Amino acid sequence: MTTAPAFVWTAENEAAAQKHIAKYPAGRQQSAVMPLLDIAQRQNGGHLTLEIMEYIADYLDMAPIKVQEVATFYTMYNHKPIGKHHVQVCGTTPCWLRGSDDIIAACKKKLGVEMGQTTEDGMFTLSEVECAGACVNAPVVAINDDYYEDLTADSITQILDALANGKDVKAGPQVGRQTSAPLGGVTTLKDFASEGEGA
Amino acid sequence: MPTLTIDGTEVTVEPGTTVLQACEEVGVEVPRFCYHERLSIAGNCRMCLVDMEKAPKPIASCAMPAGDGMVIHTNTERVKKAREGVMEFLLINHPLDCPICDQGGECDLQDQAMAFGRGKNRFDENKRAVDDKEMGPLISTTMTRCIHCMRCVRFSEEVAGVPDMGALYRGENMQITTYLEKTLDSEMSGNVVDLCPVGALTSKPYAFTARSWELKHTESIDVMDAVGSNIRVDTRGAAVMRILPRLHEDINEEWISDKTRYVFDGLKARRLDTPYVRKSKKLTAASWGDAFKAVKSKLKGVKGDQIAAIVGDQADMESMAALKDLLASLGSTRIECRQDGSAADASVRGGYIMNGGIAGVEDADYLLIVGANPRLEAPTLNTRIRKAVRHFGLKVGNIGNAEDLTYRVDEFGDDASILTAVLSGDHEAAQKLKAAQNPIIMVGQAALSGDDGAAILKATRDIADKYCMRENWNGFNMLHNAAARVGGLDLGLTTEGGVDSILDDAEAGKTKVVFLLGADEVNTAALKDTTVVYIGTHGDEGVKHADIILPAAAYTEKFGTYANTEGRFQRTIKATFAPGEAREDWTIFRALSDVLGNTLPYDTLDQLRARIEKDVPGFNDLDVLPAAEWGDFGKKGDISSGGIAPAIENFYHTNPIARASQIMADCIDARGGLVEEATGTNG
Repeated sequence: MTTAPAFVWTAENEAAAQKHIAKYPAGRQQSAVMPLLDIAQRQNGGHLTLEIMEYIADYLDMAPIKVQEVATFYTMYNHKPIGKHHVQVCGTTPCWLRGSDDIIAACKKKLGVEMGQTTEDGMFTLSEVECAGACVNAPVVAINDDYYEDLTADSITQILDALANGKDVKAGPQVGRQTSAPLGGVTTLKDFASEGEGA
Repeated sequence: MPTLTIDGTEVTVEPGTTVLQACEEVGVEVPRFCYHERLSIAGNCRMCLVDMEKAPKPIASCAMPAGDGMVIHTNTERVKKAREGVMEFLLINHPLDCPICDQGGECDLQDQAMAFGRGKNRFDENKRAVDDKEMGPLISTTMTRCIHCMRCVRFSEEVAGVPDMGALYRGENMQITTYLEKTLDSEMSGNVVDLCPVGALTSKPYAFTARSWELKHTESIDVMDAVGSNIRVDTRGAAVMRILPRLHEDINEEWISDKTRYVFDGLKARRLDTPYVRKSKKLTAASWGDAFKAVKSKLKGVKGDQIAAIVGDQADMESMAALKDLLASLGSTRIECRQDGSAADASVRGGYIMNGGIAGVEDADYLLIVGANPRLEAPTLNTRIRKAVRHFGLKVGNIGNAEDLTYRVDEFGDDASILTAVLSGDHEAAQKLKAAQNPIIMVGQAALSGDDGAAILKATRDIADKYCMRENWNGFNMLHNAAARVGGLDLGLTTEGGVDSILDDAEAGKTKVVFLLGADEVNTAALKDTTVVYIGTHGDEGVKHADIILPAAAYTEKFGTYANTEGRFQRTIKATFAPGEAREDWTIFRALSDVLGNTLPYDTLDQLRARIEKDVPGFNDLDVLPAAEWGDFGKKGDISSGGIAPAIENFYHTNPIARASQIMADCIDARGGLVEEATGTNG
C-alpha cells in the first residue's frame, strides 16, 4: 500500500486560509473551519480525507471530532474521491415538478452510472442533491461551481457531451432568458429595458 | 431579581436562572432529557416545553431565562399536548427493547414515557437502526437507543476535558461516536453512563448481570484515592454488582472516577478468605486460633523495639488505631503510615490536609501545583479545578512533570529547586501568588517522597505562609493519594526514618517482627528473613514474604472511618460480608490481643471510636470541613535540582483491589498497556 504524501497547504491556499481566519477575532479561529475545509477539498481534487480533517483540526487548534462533525454534516463536503465534474441534480419538489426525473434519467443514460457513482474515466460523478435554491429556474443541475438552469433532457445531454469533450459550456439558463427574468422577455418596464440594462 | 408566576405561585429567583430552574424552586417538575445542571444548556430534546402567557407557542423552559412578570403554566392542555408530541417523536426511532435493556427500571425515557407519553404510537414505518460504537472496556453502546440529547458529548468536552465525542452526519443519519471509535481517554469516562438518559450508553462490566430493582443500595465512601468520593454500593446477595456516585457538592459533586466505579470486580478476585501460616516455607491454610498461636510464638522473646508495623493506603482509622494500641501493648511505637516515603509531617494538622477544601478551589484565583498530577491522583478534584479554570477564572501554574491536566497550565519546569526562587520572590510564580486574592499552593506526595522531601515540605510551607495567607483563607493544600493517609497522620503513625528505615532494620536483622496492615506498595523483598504478619484483603505484594496471613475486610465490607485529603471524616458502611473467614480488621487485633494476653480495652466499634476521639478531636463529627491549626513543619534543607518522579505511574493499578480487577486490566490494555505489571513499589 502506498501512502499518499502528507497534506499541506499550497502557498496560495495557505494565504487564502489565513484570510478567512483573519475575519474572526483572535482566539476564534475555529470559526473558519468551513471555508478551510472547502479550500482543502479543492486542493485535494474534490474530496476530504481523515488526514486532511486532522490537518485542519491541528491548523485551527480544535478537536478532530469537531472538524469531522462539520465535514459530515454538510453535503457539499465529499468524503470519497469524485470525478472531475460533479453533476449534482436537484430533485426537490419544484425541480421535480418541472421534470427533474427526466434530467436524472438523461444523466444516467448519458453517463452510464447510477446515483452516487463515478464514470470509469473519472470524468463525472452523479449525485442527487436537495434544493439548490434556484427554483425559479427549475430544473437545475449544479456541475462543480456552476449552475445549469431551465434544463431539458436534451440540453443536459449536450452539456455533458461538451464537458466530456473538454469544451466550454455556458452556465446559467439554457433557454435564452436573462438570469431569472421572465421567460419570453420583459413584461414590465419595457421602456427602461429597451434603453438600459438587459436591452 | 425577576419575579415570575409558575402555576399560580409567585417566585423570585436570581438573575440568570432559567424557567426550568425556577419551576424546580417551587417544586414543579418539568420533564427533560438534554438539560443537566452541570452541563451547558443545549435545548435540543424539547421535552421541557411549558406555556408562557403572551407567547405564541410553548417555550423550552431549560433555555429560557426567567424574566420579570412572566406567567408560566406547566399543566395546561397545550403543555400536555406538546409533551405528548415530543415524546411521540422521540419514540419513533427508539426501540421497544426495554426488557433486554440494562437501563430498564432506571431509565428517564421509560419513566417519562409512562408519565407524559400518549401510550400509543402512530408511526408505522421502519425504525432507524444505527451501528453500535466501540467505546472501550467500560462503556457498552446500543446506539439505536440514542435520542441525541448530547449529554455525553457535552460531558466529555466540558467536564472531562477530553473533546473526543461528537455527532456525525445529520438528520436521521446522525450518530454519536467517539473519534474513530477509540476508547474515551478519560479517567472520568464512566460518568457518561450515568448521564445517558436512555440505554444507549450502559456499563459494560455490569451488562446483563442485575436489574436495578433487585439490588440493595448502601451509601458509602470510596477509598481509591484520598478525595473520599461519596458512593453507593449496589449489592445482590454477597456480591457487589456495581458502584455509583452519590451527590456531595463539596467533594465529588456527582462524578466519580473510573477506578472508583469499576474496581468492584477486584473485590471478588485474589481475596484472602482464610488465615494462612507458613510451615516449612509454604503457606498453609489455618484456623484463626492456630494463626493467632503462630503469631504468639513468633513474638516470644521479641522486644518491643524489634517490632514494627506498616499501614497500607486503604486502612480505616479504627484498624489503624487498634493496631497502634496492639503494638503499644507489645512495647512498640514504631508504626508507619507513609508507605511511599512521603515527608508529610504529622505534627501540625494544617500541614498535611487540604486547608481550603476541595470546593475551595472554586474560590481560588491562582493555583500553584508542586509535584502533583491531580488528573491521576484525584480525578474528581481535577474536574473541579477544570471547572474553576473554565468558569471562575482560576489560573494554574505547575512545578513538576508537565502533564495534560485538561486545562491550561503555566509550566514552570520539572525542578523542585525552583521553590527556593519562589520563596525568595525571584520567580514569576511568587508574583502570581502574591497578586492573587485567594492563592493556593497544592503539594503532591511525589514532591515529598524524595530525599529532600522534608526540605520541599518546609519550602512549600514557607511559601504558603508568605504568600497564601489571607483573612479566613489558608492556601496550603496537601494532596494525598491514599485514602488512609490523613487518618494515619491524625493518629500520629509516623516514625523517624519512615518505611525505608523499617525495611533497612529488617534487612539488618534489627527488626524481628513486622506487621503489614494492607501494606502492598512497599517492596517486601527486604522482609525476606523477618517474621511478617500480613493483615489484608488481597494476595498482593504484602503476602509475598508473609509468615502469617490474617484475612481482613475490604472497604465495602466494614464500617470504617476515613479522613479525606481535606481532613473531613467520613464513614463507610458495610454493604456485604467479607468472604470466607475474613474479619473486620479491628476485631482481628482485638482478638489477637486477647491471645497475646493484653486485651485491648474495647469490645465494640463504638467503644473503639470513643477511644480514638480522645486522640483525634472531631473524629465523631462526620462530614465537616475542619479548620485546622497552622504552624511550622518540615525541615529546612537544600532542595536538589532535578525532576520530580510522578507519584502514580499507572492510574488503574494503584492499590491491591485495583490490581486484582480484570476491568482495570482491560482499561490498561485498551490504552496499549501502560505498564506490564505493577511493581508494588508505587514510586
